[in-house]
Amino acid sequence: MNSVKESSSPKRGLSLPVFHPDFMAEAHAASADAVLHAALDNSVTKKDYGRRSSLAELPDADGLRQLAGDIKRHTLDHLDYYLELLERNVIKHGGAVYFAATREEANDLIVDIARRTGSKLVVKSKSMVSEETELNDALIAAGIEPLETDLGEFILQVDNDHPTHIVMPVIHKNAAEIGHIFARYFKTPFTDNPQELAEMARVYLRNRFNQADMGISGVNFAIAETGSLVLCTNEGNGRMCTTRPRVHVALMGMEKVIPALDDLPVFLKLLARSASGQALTQYTNIITGCRRPGEHDGPEELHLVIMDNGRSKILAGEYRDTLRCIRCGACLNACPIYRKVGGRTYGSVYPGPIGALLTPLFNGLENHKHLPHASSLCGACFEACPVKINIPEFLIKLKRDEVQQGITTRSERTVFKLWAWGLQHAWSYRLGQVVQRVMLRTMGSKDGWIKKLPGPAAGWTAQRDFPIPPKHDFRYAYKQYRSGKNRAK
Amino acid sequence: MKVSLFVTCLTDLFAPDVGMAVVKTLEHFGCSVDFPTAQTCCGQPAFNNGYPAEARALAVKMIDVFHDADYIITPSGSCCAMIRDHYIELFHDDPDQRKLAEDFVARCYEYVEFLTKILKVDLSTLSLPENETFTYHFTCHLRGLGATGEPAIRLLKQLGGAQFTALEKAEQCCGFGGTFAIKYSDISGAMVRDKVQCGSKTGAQTMIVNDGGCAMNIGGACHRMGASFRVQHIAQIIAAAVEHTAGAKAS
Ligand code: SF4
Repeated sequence: MNSVKESSSPKRGLSLPVFHPDFMAEAHAASADAVLHAALDNSVTKKDYGRRSSLAELPDADGLRQLAGDIKRHTLDHLDYYLELLERNVIKHGGAVYFAATREEANDLIVDIARRTGSKLVVKSKSMVSEETELNDALIAAGIEPLETDLGEFILQVDNDHPTHIVMPVIHKNAAEIGHIFARYFKTPFTDNPQELAEMARVYLRNRFNQADMGISGVNFAIAETGSLVLCTNEGNGRMCTTRPRVHVALMGMEKVIPALDDLPVFLKLLARSASGQALTQYTNIITGCRRPGEHDGPEELHLVIMDNGRSKILAGEYRDTLRCIRCGACLNACPIYRKVGGRTYGSVYPGPIGALLTPLFNGLENHKHLPHASSLCGACFEACPVKINIPEFLIKLKRDEVQQGITTRSERTVFKLWAWGLQHAWSYRLGQVVQRVMLRTMGSKDGWIKKLPGPAAGWTAQRDFPIPPKHDFRYAYKQYRSGKNRAK
Repeated sequence: MKVSLFVTCLTDLFAPDVGMAVVKTLEHFGCSVDFPTAQTCCGQPAFNNGYPAEARALAVKMIDVFHDADYIITPSGSCCAMIRDHYIELFHDDPDQRKLAEDFVARCYEYVEFLTKILKVDLSTLSLPENETFTYHFTCHLRGLGATGEPAIRLLKQLGGAQFTALEKAEQCCGFGGTFAIKYSDISGAMVRDKVQCGSKTGAQTMIVNDGGCAMNIGGACHRMGASFRVQHIAQIIAAAVEHTAGAKAS
């Protein structure tokens, strides 16, 4: 797992880093990993049930999801207006605002701010968008020390690893693994007691918060009307990062803005419930500007970096609704495929159903051609999504794009076209059915099942048996039945 | 009531019994059933794999084949969901055909949905030939119909001699997903084994699966793994109860 440096050589120009490019190899290994499956069932599957029951407590959860989706759609339809409003209001409260077109630009801006403010140690609260920019690498390259303060992210940083879940980054490691990582790092005796492990990190991080010059956070929601930045966390480290150091830098994707303070409760009601089944996260910070004269705490400087990094391209096309995502992770928890392959298999920063959509949209289909297909289109993600992103439908659209861009193989395209043509006519359909029946009936073994199918269909029998079609099809049975009935009359 | 059966290509070839069970039970509940032989496939595989033009051509054919049907009934949840979720949108640029699609979609029902919403059947007068324990897998595409398995479970429980035990992770996909099962067979295999293990844990004799593809997938994995429960469509269970109850009355 200590392979971050060699594996993270992203192709230049990609909007998202690619850590594990070989989807099929990763999927193959993870699908056979019973320990991983048990761990995921214990975490994500449970969270999924938590989501269901906590949403059921609301009088009209579905109506609320609709409203949340509508607010997001409205905001995205008028994004330039709301971003300008946000900028004005952040500045009004003493903050500075920057727009970054790419992730490299975002990193450069933040490194610059660190340099200008003489910051040597930077404490970070959990932020997926900083994973997107690989901000830690950029800081280190500039001689600045980044320190993750979310427990999960801290473990990953110490172990040179990447998150595999949007909300529960370290879900792929069990307590024993974490115990070994900490024993190595802190040079203390091994323990796998979660409380003791958390305490070790807490004591260490406490100290370092006091030494930090700069805090970096993400943004869950940015309120245009008030210029407020909303941060939802469970550990309280986010509050430490944004109040203790002299300088606070917040990094957000440009889709994170919402119009007004009144809209916030809609999202707060849904975010924690969807993510973990909690009614609210433990800490909800609404940060408006930096420290004012006479106030005791808060940073002296507040900088907001608003990043595009490919979002405006998505915004302009038919995939706009994917930008509604509030990164709650509910679609990951609900996804039967995520539960079998884990986050690593998706290769980049955003795993699960939303990742299968965003990664190709950001990085190009040709670089991630498996992601839209590696879905059974079961619809669990759409059902779970608090802002009603119809993920399966978008995956189908991506597959259509692959066909149109010639990314799928010519032979596959020919097969589909022939097949569809054959189904145009009852006679060719019947012929096809008869041929299939005759062929399949020669392949069966004595127990009435086929153990090995030829060609591409071998994938089926690699995992399960295939039924031999009965001697007569439904049409025949139906005809017999009708003529029998007529005779009886 | 006049109903037309859309049997689906998979059921036609692999599960004629399911199709016949649908015919016989619908007749039992007072419908006159017709089977338009020109029908082929709803176009779901083409649509799901990114070939909307091909799916559209098949949709035109479906709509034409069933143009004079009062109700179109199908035993397959996913085919019904294909029609409901996508047929209208397929003709977004053709108002006339779109109108026809809307009219078609409004007449189209999945079997259980038709029994419970339109016929409003009560199965408590029927009983099974022998006591049987059931569990129920929530085929994913019922989600697309805004239905979960509850109506089907309610029907099952009405049958004399039927005992129900809940399936763990009942709503988790079995891993079929059409070409997904072949192209991503490692993942699909892990999913279907999970389903079979949950099924075995219930101790039920029979798992109800109301979709041809899912039934092939779960049935094939059961056989490979040596699981002891069988996979049936709910129509087969109701048909057995109808036949048994009629026989009992006759004697
Ligand atoms: S797509 Fe929906 S469910 Fe998935 S993370 Fe985003 S908001 Fe949550």
